[in-house]
Amino acid sequence: MFVEVGTGSGADLELELTGEWRALQITGIERELAAVKVAAGGAVRIGTRRLAALDLSGAWALREFLGRARSAGTEVTFKGAPPDQLRLLDETLATAEPPTAPTAAPVPPEQAVLTAIGRNAVRAGADLIDGLGFVGRASVSFLRSLTSLKRLRLISVARHVYDSGLTAVPIVALIGFLISVIIAYMSAQQLRGLGADIYVVDLVAIGVLRELGVLLTSIIVAGRTGSAYAAELGSMKLNEEVDALIATGVDPFEVLIVPRLLGLAIALPLLTIIADLVGLAGGALLCRYLLDMPLTQYVYRVNYAISPSTFWVGLLKAPVFAVLIGLAGCYRGMLVRDSARELGRLVTVAVVQAIFFVILADALFAVLFMEMNI
Amino acid sequence: MQPRLEVQGLVNRFGPQLVHDGLDMQVSEDEVFGIVGGSGAGKSVLLRTILGLQRPQAGVVRIDGSDITQMSAAQLLGVKARYGVSFQQGALYSGLTLLQNVQLPMVEHLQLTAAARDELALLKIRLVGLPAEAAAKYPAQLSGGMVKRAALARALALDPSLLFLDEPTSGLDPVSAAAFDELVLYLQQHLRLTIVMITHDLDTIFRTCNRVGVIVDGRMESDTLERIVDHPHPWIQAYFHGERARARQAGAHGA
Repeated sequence: MFVEVGTGSGADLELELTGEWRALQITGIERELAAVKVAAGGAVRIGTRRLAALDLSGAWALREFLGRARSAGTEVTFKGAPPDQLRLLDETLATAEPPTAPTAAPVPPEQAVLTAIGRNAVRAGADLIDGLGFVGRASVSFLRSLTSLKRLRLISVARHVYDSGLTAVPIVALIGFLISVIIAYMSAQQLRGLGADIYVVDLVAIGVLRELGVLLTSIIVAGRTGSAYAAELGSMKLNEEVDALIATGVDPFEVLIVPRLLGLAIALPLLTIIADLVGLAGGALLCRYLLDMPLTQYVYRVNYAISPSTFWVGLLKAPVFAVLIGLAGCYRGMLVRDSARELGRLVTVAVVQAIFFVILADALFAVLFMEMNI
Repeated sequence: MQPRLEVQGLVNRFGPQLVHDGLDMQVSEDEVFGIVGGSGAGKSVLLRTILGLQRPQAGVVRIDGSDITQMSAAQLLGVKARYGVSFQQGALYSGLTLLQNVQLPMVEHLQLTAAARDELALLKIRLVGLPAEAAAKYPAQLSGGMVKRAALARALALDPSLLFLDEPTSGLDPVSAAAFDELVLYLQQHLRLTIVMITHDLDTIFRTCNRVGVIVDGRMESDTLERIVDHPHPWIQAYFHGERARARQAGAHGA
């Protein structure tokens, strides 16, 4: 189809190239060329009269064949002038052969493991220092922005309260309701056997107010807002918008990061209150239908079960979690450089770290409050 | 002879805004056709329509005689393997090295061994005048001029005979832009390419284009370079004989 082989005098070959030698047909061309046997001392004459088209990929395949034939000791000639495209290839490839990159000597496997551990340790150390530096700069920018109303960027803060708070209300409310369903069903099953049904109310009230309301709200917000912060700042970095801010003499921490942290620190406690409210309301509903407990008794029992500090212990954690989520999102977003893949990687890291920090901080709070007897 | 590219009665409308109002254009074999127009005249929309990235409200776009606006996605894929595009900002895939960027169309459309793909991709990279070391670099590590060349190398990956260039010299210094013009001409002559380019650069137009189409009032006025400069339309007059054009001619005389 692409090469017609005819025998000339003796061991000589006559090749007639036919058809369209284009990139899209390269597989067939290579296969037919590979099938041509070239022998030492022989001669090959190539005719190109019936060649309908020859593009660079086709010419490259032909050039590879010529190289193979010549190194096998075959003399190759063209009937008429060799195709123009071959000359173009020769010209392009004639300019100094590409220097092959010096390949590093292979490292023995046991050493490779050590190298990897060492490299990761150094990287983790640098990452930690870098992260602390970021927290420091964010704190300084925050304090400085407190000095004047203009620097506080209230409009920007309001926008972030709206984006991360108001728009999250439906999902947070739903989660709050579902938590109370889970606690109520699980505990009712266990406590009914003991005849201690009434403690279901205690578990729902304390569980939602003190721990689960704020924790699950934070996790939802970490997924929603932490990722949004990282992606937003990351694409601004890719688009050189952050550089443009710096070049204009505007501190990106002041206009981008402090409003985000502040907005989230306002929004997350409010969301937590909503989750608490819906959780308690859900508890009331379940106790009514699951335990046949009238509403008045439920309210009375809730009042009895919780101490004045229970609600505040839960709510106190919200702004701390908010700052952790915001810092993780903003820090990772500002690290994005060069590529879309990097953006995706760092958004993932931001969310994972935000959730991790939230749970870690919650554990620390649990120990702290226990020690303080609250 | 059948035109490589033919656009007839093209209408593109975004809401109340009429971008193209019956635009006609024709590009024949071996031509370098320049598309010129003011900002917002619809050059990019025209290119996107020709590439099949968006469907027009009315009109026909024929590439090698077949109307791409009526094609199914599968048929369009076959046409796409025949043309190459270099986008204005390069649009190199930021997560891939230059070599992988050039190989991506080959992986999609050609069945090649990995070694052959490496060699062919490297060939394209060197063909556009980039050093072989650049092959292992990521787009973010390339300079603006190198990105333009890299985008051209990727556009040439499948050895298309029809090439679309969107502002190939914008953002380049005059020396690099001139070198790029020479490269385009060199490739056009050696590979017998038909080239359609959007450009603002008068130097590029005068150096490389045979014919020029100017988008004015949603239509296209196209003619040979020698004749289009005398077209009476006020925008075309301003474009070819305005302050900048005069400065260019003065510079040419001075040299």
